[in-house]
Order: sequence, then C-alpha cells, then structure tokens
Amino acid sequence: MSGYGFALGLSALTLVVLLWLLRARRLREKYAAIWIVLAVSIVVLGAFPGLVFGLARFVGVETPANLLFASSLVVLLLVCIQLSTELSGLEEETRTLAEEHALLARRVDVLEAAAAAGRDGVDLSDNGAAPPSA
Amino acid sequence: MLASLDRVLVVLPAWNEQEALPGVLAELRETVPDADVLVVNDGSTDHTSTVARAAGVAVLDLPINLGVGGAMRAGYSYALRRGYDGVIQLDADGQHDPRNIADLLATMRREKADIVIGARFAGTGTYQARGPRRWAMRGLSAVLSRLTGSRLTDTTSGFKLSGPRAVRLFATNYPAEYLGDTIESLVIAHRAGLTVRQTGVSMRPRAGGEPSHSPVKAAVFLLRAGLALVVALTRPRTAVPGEAVR
Repeated sequence: MSGYGFALGLSALTLVVLLWLLRARRLREKYAAIWIVLAVSIVVLGAFPGLVFGLARFVGVETPANLLFASSLVVLLLVCIQLSTELSGLEEETRTLAEEHALLARRVDVLEAAAAAGRDGVDLSDNGAAPPSA
Repeated sequence: MLASLDRVLVVLPAWNEQEALPGVLAELRETVPDADVLVVNDGSTDHTSTVARAAGVAVLDLPINLGVGGAMRAGYSYALRRGYDGVIQLDADGQHDPRNIADLLATMRREKADIVIGARFAGTGTYQARGPRRWAMRGLSAVLSRLTGSRLTDTTSGFKLSGPRAVRLFATNYPAEYLGDTIESLVIAHRAGLTVRQTGVSMRPRAGGEPSHSPVKAAVFLLRAGLALVVALTRPRTAVPGEAVR
C-alpha cells in the first residue's frame, strides 16, 4: 500500500466524519468549513501528489514535505484563532445572560413581595395565570 | 446637573464580602439615608446576598462571577431601567468613605462633569503605592489626564459617580476585561464625548485582606495596564445611545 493511498483514505474518512457530524447537527457549519476545505485539499493532494511538487517549486520551498508541514501549521493556527474568537463571543453572551437573569430575578422578587402584600388589589399568588372570574 | 440624592443609586459590586458589607451598608444608611442602594452580588459563595437582603437594600444576584465590570454593567442597566439619573460606585470592602459622596456630587455640579472619580492620591488621606505599581499608576494617570484634558491622579479608583449620560453609555457598554471597569471605561467615556473630573477622597484600610506588594505582581499589573490602555485607545469609538458618534 502506498503512502499516498493511506493519506487519501485518512482524508476521505475525515471528510465522512465531518459530514456525519454536520448531518447530526453536532457541528455547526461555521466550524466545519475550514476542516472540510482541509480534508478536500488533502484528498486532492493525495490523489495527485504531483501537485505538491509543482506548488513547492512555485512558492520556492525546496522540500515539498516542508510545504505541507508549514501549511498544516498555518491552518491549525487559524482554527485556534477562530475558536478563541468564538469563545470570547460566547463569554460575552454568557455575561449578558447572567446580567439579564439577575435583573429579572430582582423584578420577580419585587413582584412576589408586592403580591404577598396584596398591594394594588392584585393577587398574583397563583402566578397571575388565571383570569379574574366574572 | 444632579439636583439631589434621591435620583442617585449607590451600587456596590460585592464578591464574597459578607464580613465587611453590613458595616458599609449601615454607614451608608447613616451618611446618605435618602439614597437608594443596590448590592450586586457577583456570584459570591458566601452569604453576601443574605446579609445585603437583611439590611433591606436591593440586591442583584449574578448567577456566576463576572468580575467588577460585569457586576457594574448590571448595576448601570438596573439604574437606567429604574430611571435613576446617576450611579455611585462604591467598593463593598469598606475602603471608601460614604461621607465623600457629597464631595463627588458637588464636584459634578460645579464642573458640569459626566463622571467624577474619587481619587486616592489627590491630597486627602494617606494611601501609598510603591515600585512598579506606582509607575503603572503614574503612567496611566499621565496618559489619561492628557487624553481627558483634566488632571486625573487615580485612574484605577473604584469610587466613581456617573451622571445621566454616563449611565446610558455604561448600561450597554461597560467592559468586563481586566481593568476594563477603570481604565477602558474612562477611555470609552471620553471618546463618547463625556467629561471626566476627579475629587480627592480619603482611603481607609480594607476591612478584610491586604493589598499585595509583591514586585512580580506589580510588574504584571504594569504590563496588563499598558495593554489595556493600548487596546482601549485603538478600539472604534462608541457613542452614548441616542447620540451620534463624534
């Protein structure tokens, strides 16, 4: 079995797993995109290894393998940065939710106290769900 | 600008302050009996919320610890939604003297300021910092003084009065970053066109715990403060909601 065949099989497998995760909605497209691009390009390079040699000559890298290593490092770096920004976004969303939660909890406290005191003649002790009977 | 105290909300961000909080609240009731008080319990694991409720003040219970920035943005939101004109931020550990609140209000009225900082190095009191921490504070003061066109000697103070425009700005725009609640918020305010002034306040030793004097920690503080300032100065401007970007 040639090394290229092995790489091809591995990339194809990665592609299938990604598509499966997407179908099962366990991975959102915005995270899968970069991995799909990566897997597809590895499939292409595995199928046509001559491309790497041509590409390496074109960008002036002497050993084609080094080009592959370097570009995979760059891709991993980009993925890490993307994950960091998404994480920061999540933290900001969590923060906003926590603040809103605290503000609502305070309103519930006040409303419950008012209801318990029967202020304004409004009885909210049954959560205010039942309409006043005619 | 602000006529009286009853339109001003005193906000105390509190994280595990069950020891010091009752004393601070009692002192507030004594010195500013007309002011409404809000304790923002920043995800405390002790009885901070219970002791605040026992004192009869409004309490916001954040379900997770967000840091001072998060606690204060919740406080500003509360103030805005409840129609308060001003917010006084005061530490829950008792290091700020509520008697200085009157000075903050007077300065705001006299200088027509949107934000008044209670500064610890402005002649009143005996607070001292040394080494890299002192350089950091000096550097921050120099840069922010130049920026705001007003002498600011204590930019990391947690004792601040915010007027109506500042409350509107901070209710939606108050960073949770490290030092975001002090340095970055001042930069945001200045770039939104708000006026920042200061007045001297006395500092008291904290009721619990001592500030760190480790030179390594001070150096880290210097670096992080520098980074916070550079990032804050290079960010896009934000406007006070309802006003155009200048």
